[in-house]
Amino acid sequence: MTIETTTTGVLILILIMTLVTLVTRFGGVFIMSFVRINPRIESFINTMASSVLIAIIVPMAFEGDAGALAALSVTAVTMLVLQKPLPAIGAGVFAAAALRYLF
Amino acid sequence: MLPISLFVVAFGAAFGLAAVQKGLAPLDTILMSALVFAGAAQFAAIDMWGAEVSVIPVMVVVFAINSRHLLMGASLYPMLKDVAPAKRYGVLLVLTDANWAVAAQDYQRGNRNLEVILGGGLVLWLAWIVGTWLGVYFGGLLQNPKNLGLDMVLGCFLLAMALGGKKSPRILVAWASAALASLAAWKWLPANTHVVAGALAGGVVGFFWLEKKPGKETAGKTPT
Repeated sequence: MTIETTTTGVLILILIMTLVTLVTRFGGVFIMSFVRINPRIESFINTMASSVLIAIIVPMAFEGDAGALAALSVTAVTMLVLQKPLPAIGAGVFAAAALRYLF
Repeated sequence: MLPISLFVVAFGAAFGLAAVQKGLAPLDTILMSALVFAGAAQFAAIDMWGAEVSVIPVMVVVFAINSRHLLMGASLYPMLKDVAPAKRYGVLLVLTDANWAVAAQDYQRGNRNLEVILGGGLVLWLAWIVGTWLGVYFGGLLQNPKNLGLDMVLGCFLLAMALGGKKSPRILVAWASAALASLAAWKWLPANTHVVAGALAGGVVGFFWLEKKPGKETAGKTPT
């Protein structure tokens, strides 16, 4: 099925994308409201939460250039040392910019 | 949220530019950003744009890229379950990576921070619309945002959030599984499945390896 990108066609496509995205935004909470929460489920949810972040970042590091790798490593080290997000993010972004400027 | 908003404006400008170059009308582009509010998915959809657009592939790609919202939403359920449905789903309208990451970390420390999801989400939503608008009418803001490292703001932010959380052997094993599973999915599974694969692998570790609670605390109750 295809939709022509006429004025109405584009609007329909935008609405379809909106609905699909809304299903993903609402779906997780909606499904969980039918699940009985026990300690095991709660433990699953909690470890899954920070694992989402890892699963976004690790392929990003492998896919990225040296600048991306530098940004993530510098952020990691700064964060572990200082425990403050803003300096860690700043240092990471600066590292990427500096490395890309130099090489 | 401020550094992230700047990044979102730059990213939005890049999207606005890409969309009009693909033949999307300026107002349609801004409308898409306002309604869909999901950067990576919008870029992917624009990539499939033409005189005719196949509906099912666009739906599949948008769903796959945004499927991480399902897990993010599920992880927020414990803090949303006592909230009235209208408010609960209202807050979720502006759920996105950055505000979710902050809320999830706050919840681990025992704070139920719905305000950061809503307030942060609205700021990011406005930044995304403003960025798109700038890109549509003025082109890309910066010649090459990569030179300034701007493409790494979100990655660094999410990493800082992860590392600012609790780190126990159990969490580290979960992270290692998440890293391996996401890399394997990224390499061998269809595109855009790696976040869900990695997150579920990390969750499975949590499912089988429960945190040892001190005797006095009742299991399963998190402080609010």
